[in-house]
Amino acid sequence: MTMTDMNAGLPLVYPYGPRHTPEMVDDLARRAFEFRIQVLRMVYAQQTGHIGGAFSVAEILTALFFHHLRIDPADPNWPERDRLVFSKGHACAMLYTCMAHRGYFPIDELATFRCLNSCLQGHPERQKTPGIEVPAGPLGHGVAVGAGMALAARMDALKPGKGHPRYRVYIVLGDGEIDAGVIWEGALVAAKYRLDNLVAVLDYNGVQQTGTTADVLPTEPIVDKWRAFGWHTIEVHGHNVRGVLDALDEADEIHARPVMIVARTTKGKGVSFMENDNRWHGKPPTTEEFEAALEELEGEVARWQSV
Amino acid sequence: MAECVRQRFGEPVSMRVAYGQALVELGKARDDVVVLSADVANSDHSYMFEDAFPERFLNVGIAEQALVDVAVGLANGGKVPIANTFAFLFATRALEQVRTHLCYGQANVKLAGAYAGLSDSFDGPTHHSVTDLAIMRSLPHMAVVVPADPVGLNRLLPQIAAWEGPVFFRLCRNEVPVIFREGYEPQIGKGMVLREGADVTIVGCGVMVARCLEAAQQLAVAGTDARVVEMHTLKPLDEELVARCAVETGALVTVEEHSIIGGLGGAVAEALAAREPVPLERVGLADTFAESGPYGEILDKYGLSVGAIAAAAQRAVGRKRMGGSG
Repeated sequence: MTMTDMNAGLPLVYPYGPRHTPEMVDDLARRAFEFRIQVLRMVYAQQTGHIGGAFSVAEILTALFFHHLRIDPADPNWPERDRLVFSKGHACAMLYTCMAHRGYFPIDELATFRCLNSCLQGHPERQKTPGIEVPAGPLGHGVAVGAGMALAARMDALKPGKGHPRYRVYIVLGDGEIDAGVIWEGALVAAKYRLDNLVAVLDYNGVQQTGTTADVLPTEPIVDKWRAFGWHTIEVHGHNVRGVLDALDEADEIHARPVMIVARTTKGKGVSFMENDNRWHGKPPTTEEFEAALEELEGEVARWQSV
Repeated sequence: MAECVRQRFGEPVSMRVAYGQALVELGKARDDVVVLSADVANSDHSYMFEDAFPERFLNVGIAEQALVDVAVGLANGGKVPIANTFAFLFATRALEQVRTHLCYGQANVKLAGAYAGLSDSFDGPTHHSVTDLAIMRSLPHMAVVVPADPVGLNRLLPQIAAWEGPVFFRLCRNEVPVIFREGYEPQIGKGMVLREGADVTIVGCGVMVARCLEAAQQLAVAGTDARVVEMHTLKPLDEELVARCAVETGALVTVEEHSIIGGLGGAVAEALAAREPVPLERVGLADTFAESGPYGEILDKYGLSVGAIAAAAQRAVGRKRMGGSG
C-alpha cells in the first residue's frame, strides 16, 4: 500500500503536505508562540494549571501534531493512527491547545479547561477528551505504556494477510519524571523487544517542581543512560522546529532499537521572567504578570510573522 | 444440593496446572489474547501459554509496574492482555498503574493474581495476599472474580476475557478439591446457591467454598439447616441474592481466604446494611498477617477451619434468635 492509498479520503492527515519546507517550519514556529499565548490565557483565566512545562514542550508538540504524527482528528479512533503518549500530563494545557487547533474538538472548549463539566480535565483523561490515548498525570507511565502499544502494533504487523493496522508510537516525557523507577523498567522492556516503532522525546528543560533536576535528583549523563539501556539517542535543540522535525524523521529510520530524542529546552520558554524558574511549574500569573508575559509572547509571534 | 455440585469432592487437582490449560484453551479460541508475566510463569503455569503461543507471550522481568503499563499499551492496540504475577504485587506494588489506567482509564486489561490468599503458604506473609480483594474492590470499574476450583476456572476464564473492562481474578497456588461437575455454568456477577437451607446462609468464595459445603454438612448433623452460596464475583456483587438470602434465612456468614476487612465480608455487609440488615458473621483473617507453614494448617490456625465456619454459623443463628441484628 502506498502512502497515497493509505491517506485516501483523509486530507487532514498531513495539513502541510508530506515534506518540510521553510515556509512550514516558520509557520509552525510562529504557531508554537501563539499556542503559548493560548495556554497563558487558559491558566490566567482559571488561575490554575501548569505553564512552565507547557511552554517548554510547545515546539515538540506542534511539530508532532501539525506534521509528524499520522493522525486524523475527524476520526480520533482510526485504528492506523500513530499513538501519542503524553506522559508529562501536567503540561496538558499545551496538549489541549495543539489538539483543539488541529481539529480534535472546538477551540472554544479551551476556555473550559479545568472547569466543572468540561471535557478538558486537569490532567489528560481518555474518556472525556477525543484523541487522548491514556490518562497521564502520575508521572512515569509513558515508556512502559508506549512499549505495550508498540508491541501490539508489531504483533499486528507480523500477522499474515492484509488489513491489520500499521502505526508508530511516540512518547513525550518530562525530565523530572524520569526520576520514577518504572520509566527505567519500561526502557528495559522496550530495548529487550527491540521496539523500533517506538520513539520518545524527552523535554529536557532541566527544572522540576522544587528546583533544578541537577539539584533534586541528578540524572546526568542522560544521553549515556539511555544509550546504556539499549536505546538509540538523538540530541536536538527542542525549540528549533526544523531540528525537532529532522530528529523525528531520523528516529523513524532507526532499526532494531527504540529511539530517545533528548530535546534540550527551557522551562517557561518565551517569557523572560518565567524561564528556568521552578516557581512557574504550577503557578498561575497575576494580572500584571499576565500582561507582561502576553506582551513578550506577542512580540515573538510578530517576529515570526515578519520572517 | 445443587446438581452442579459433586456428592463427593473429586481428587485434588492443581489449580496452577488447570490455569495453564485454561489459558491455552483461551488462546486457541481468541487470537487477541496476549499473556504477560513478571518472570513467574513457571510459578503460575502461564508458561503453558508461552509454549503454545510464543508470539503472544511477553516476559517483562521482575517489573510489576511495567507489567501493568505494558498491558495497558497492548489493550490500547485492541489486544486482550492477561497480566500475571502474584496477587499481592498487583494490589500493592503496581496499584497506582492499576488505578490510573485500568480503573480511571478503563483499559481492558485482566489481572491474574497468582498465589492468592495463604496458598503460597511456606513462603510466608511476604507472599501471602490477604488484602487484595479489599483493595481491588474499592476501585471504580474494576470487576473482582474468585474461581473456586478448576471447573469454575475453566468456565469463568473465557467470561473474564470477554468482560468489557478491567478484571482482577485471584488463583490458588495448590491442589484443591474439585467441587463442581461439568454442568456447572457460573456467570460473572451472579452468585450461585449450591445447597438449599433455611436457618442461615454461608456465603463463600474461592477455595473456601469446599469448606463451606463441609461446614454445612456438619451443621446438618447438629440440626442446623445451612444454605451455601458461592459468590465467585465480589464485584459487581449479586446484591439481589444477598438480600434474598437475608430475607429467607435471616442470618449470614461470609467465608474468604482474606482479611475480614473489605473483601467478601465487607461487600456482603455493605449490601445487607443498605437492603436487609440481619446478623452477619465474617470468617477470614482477623486483621492480621499469618505465618509460614503447611497450607491446610495455616488456614485452620488463622480461623478458616470447617469447624470455625460451622461455629460462626451457629453464632449467626443465635444472634438471629435473640432478635434483630445485635
